[in-house]
Formats: sequence, C-alpha cells, structure tokens
Amino acid sequence: MAERGSSQHARRVVVTGFGPVTPVATGVEEFWSALLAGRSGIDFIRSFDATDMPVKIAGEMKDFRPEDWLTPKEVKRTDRCVHLAVAASKLAWKDAGEPSVDPARTGVMFSTGIGGLSSLLQQHLVLLQKGPDRVSPFMVPMLMPNAAAGNVAMAFGFTGPNACITTACAAGSHAVGEAFRLIKYGFADVALAGGTEAAVLPLTVAGFAQMQALTRNPDPAKASRPFDKDRNGFVLSEGAGALVLEEAERALARGARIYAEVAGYGASADAYHITAPEPEGLGAIQAIQAALEEAGEPPDAVGYINAHGTSTQLNDAAETRAIKKALADHAYRTPVSSTKSMTGHMLGAAGAIEAGIAALAIARGEIPPTINYETPDEECDLDYVPNKSREADVRFALSNAFGFGGHNAVVALRRFEA
Amino acid sequence: MPELQGKVRKILAENLSVPEDQVKAEARFQEDLDADSLDLVEAVLALEEEFGVTIPEEEMEGVKTVGQAVQLVATKLGVSA
Repeated sequence: MAERGSSQHARRVVVTGFGPVTPVATGVEEFWSALLAGRSGIDFIRSFDATDMPVKIAGEMKDFRPEDWLTPKEVKRTDRCVHLAVAASKLAWKDAGEPSVDPARTGVMFSTGIGGLSSLLQQHLVLLQKGPDRVSPFMVPMLMPNAAAGNVAMAFGFTGPNACITTACAAGSHAVGEAFRLIKYGFADVALAGGTEAAVLPLTVAGFAQMQALTRNPDPAKASRPFDKDRNGFVLSEGAGALVLEEAERALARGARIYAEVAGYGASADAYHITAPEPEGLGAIQAIQAALEEAGEPPDAVGYINAHGTSTQLNDAAETRAIKKALADHAYRTPVSSTKSMTGHMLGAAGAIEAGIAALAIARGEIPPTINYETPDEECDLDYVPNKSREADVRFALSNAFGFGGHNAVVALRRFEA
Repeated sequence: MPELQGKVRKILAENLSVPEDQVKAEARFQEDLDADSLDLVEAVLALEEEFGVTIPEEEMEGVKTVGQAVQLVATKLGVSA
C-alpha cells in the first residue's frame, strides 16, 4: 500500500466497471451498441406539459423505474437525481464483477451540476400555498447536491473519502479525475466516480432558454448537432453514469476485466466569463496539456477525443480552437466525436459518462459518431467522425468537459499494459 | 373508534413505507417500523392534513407506538380511540 498522499509512490489506476443510465440506453452493452448505431435519445418532453415552453424537447429517462433500484422508502426520501445515481452505481459495480473491498479504503466521488432542484421546487410550492409548517422534513436532504454521494455510500457501505464536486457541466469529469487522484496517491484503493442530473424541469428549460443556450430546433433527433454549421444550442438531458476505478495491481490480482487505465487528469479555470468560454480556448488548452503531462504522453499520442461538443456555437468553435492549439497538426489526424449529439447534455452527469465512452473506445476499438453532422463550419474543421461509427485502434484518448463557471476538466485514458 | 384507527394506520403505512399489517397498535415507530425522526415529522404532517388538527412537536415527544399516535389524534378530535 502506498504511503498516503505520497507522490513518491504514485500508483496506477484502472477502470473496471461502467454504469451508464442515459436517455439513449441503460447498461454498457445496450448503451454502446446504441451509440455505435447513432441512435438519438432526444424526444418531446413528457414529464411535464411543455406546450407553452420555448423549447419542447429534451433527453428524458422515460422508462426509468426508481423502484427497480431502491426500496420504496428510499425512493420516497430521495430526489430523482439520487435514484439515477444509485442505479448507475449499482450497474457499474455489477459490471466490475462486484469486487470484494475494504469499505474504509473505498471512496465515492459523485457529482451533479444542479442537484435536487425538483424537490426544492415542490416544497417551495408547499411553502407558498400551505405555509412553513407543511414543508417536508426531507426537503433539505433531497435538494442538497451532495445527496447522491451520500446515498451511494450508504447503498454500498463505503466509508472511504466521499465528496461531491459541483462544477456544472464539468462536474462528472472532476469526479473521475479526483477519484483517480485518491487512488493514485494512496487515499483509497477503489472508488465509485460518477455524475448525475435530473433537472429537465420547466424552470431549468426556461432559464437555459433565456440564456440562449438551448437549441430552438423543434426536431428532437436532429436538434443536437455538435460542430455542424447549423448548430444553435444544446439539448437538456437527464441521466447518470458511474465508473469503478481500482488500483491496478489489485484489479490484476482479482482478474478484473480492465477497460482502460486512467492516465492523467487536467483541471483549469477560464477566469474569463461566468458562462461564455474563453474564445481562444486557453483554459481548455491548459487542461488538455495538464492531462497529457500527467499521462506522460505527447500530443500526437492522442487517438481519440470525446469532445465536450455541446452543440452551442461558442463551445464547439472554442473547443475546436483549443484542440488545434493543444495538439498542433496532429489535431487534423485525431478523430473527435461528440456523443452529446445522441445523449443531449446531461450536465453534471456528462463528464463521467463520456469518460466511460472514451474508455470503451479504447477497449472495443470503435469510435462512436457525431450524428447530425451535415454542413461543415469553417470554424470547426476537424474530423468529427460524422454520422457513422468507426473502427480504430485507440491506445490513448481524452475526454473533455467544460462547465459554466469557466471550469475545465480533461480525463486522459490509455490502454492498460501491465 | 375502529374507523379512526384504520385511517391513522393507513396514513402511517403510506408515510413510513411499510405494509399496513405491520402497523399494529403495539408497533414501536423506531424499533419495529424503522422510522427515524424525519419519517415521524412527515407522518405527523400527513395526519395533521388528513384530520385537520395541529400536533405540536412537544406533544409527539412521548409518542412511541402506533397506538399512542391513534390516541393522540383521537384526543385532538375529541373522540375516544
């Protein structure tokens, strides 16, 4: 065992389980085959009447049944974002072969962008209509963003380091990156790292629409079109994803199936604007370079980038510029795809799910496409793996995530060689 | 007042997420029905709503069993349990 916090004894960390719970599909095999087939999970909003909303489409978990994953009492006491997080964690744990672990050496890093907003809104209505003495005692533990991290730990009995990083659309990547560091530097041997979001609500649709951040494209399957010239905003989605990260030697010792090694993690801030990306992508470049440096890989080692690729004009252009500066000429030889073209934007869940996708691209030798790529944009001139999945020998991949607040997080994954 | 008892039991079962047949008069909230303090507040809110009564926190303090809760509601309503 490494000495805690010692960089002298840095350990290798591998991904041994993945649990995607998304509007496209749930579970590794279903999710992967749907992504390769280019299937969109976006549809007309069903969870509320969107007739008078400026945007009527979203990525919703239409068939998700919380009672399949939690007891009736747990379901009642927790927000939907926790339901999705627990489901993703249980799926990931099963996918990892339900390893036996020391609970004290097993951590949980579970992020969200927004947290239990729907529970907050329900109780605010109770406050206004019925008064303060009718507000539910579960309101606080349901709305708090860290509820997923706490409830996932309770579901498994893991007492290792536990936290929730709340960095909007980069939150899931920060969870993976920080969990990686916990294991690398000896603070834990195993970790569940994930992100969750359940905020497809009238208020969030209205708020994001007022920012001009959501696409007004009325055609659900066509609306999310990252890097396409006619992109005009992201599609709001819900979902969750969890990865099981393990110290490599213990994963090998138990004969675990290893998807990939987490090789590096770069985090930075734009320090520029609270929502708009720094136009030259300087913060993103810094994060990509930091991830490469920790991984000990040169820019031309990158064989795939799962882009942040939200389908907004600003992100996709700035991200393209960042990739070109960080990778120089190699950028033009690097397949870059945005799976948000299919999943929509699951905000705080996106980074964890997309790190899982990058790990699968390495493990399976296949790259999922950017669907709805029809008209090239002179500002976005890379190989976006348009519309069709591709076989590729990916040894080393990056997963980019950039959040409102100017947060940038890049996770670097590498084929594991013992 | 079996009708009152039945109603209280039904509300408690729903709010504590336990089968109604476990909500017997002698059942203790914490030990037998796995109810924590938050569950109890939620259950009291539901009882207040259903019966149009007010049950202040301090009056719930000595209430440990289902039977005691039925009795408390009955007293509030001015009927015998």
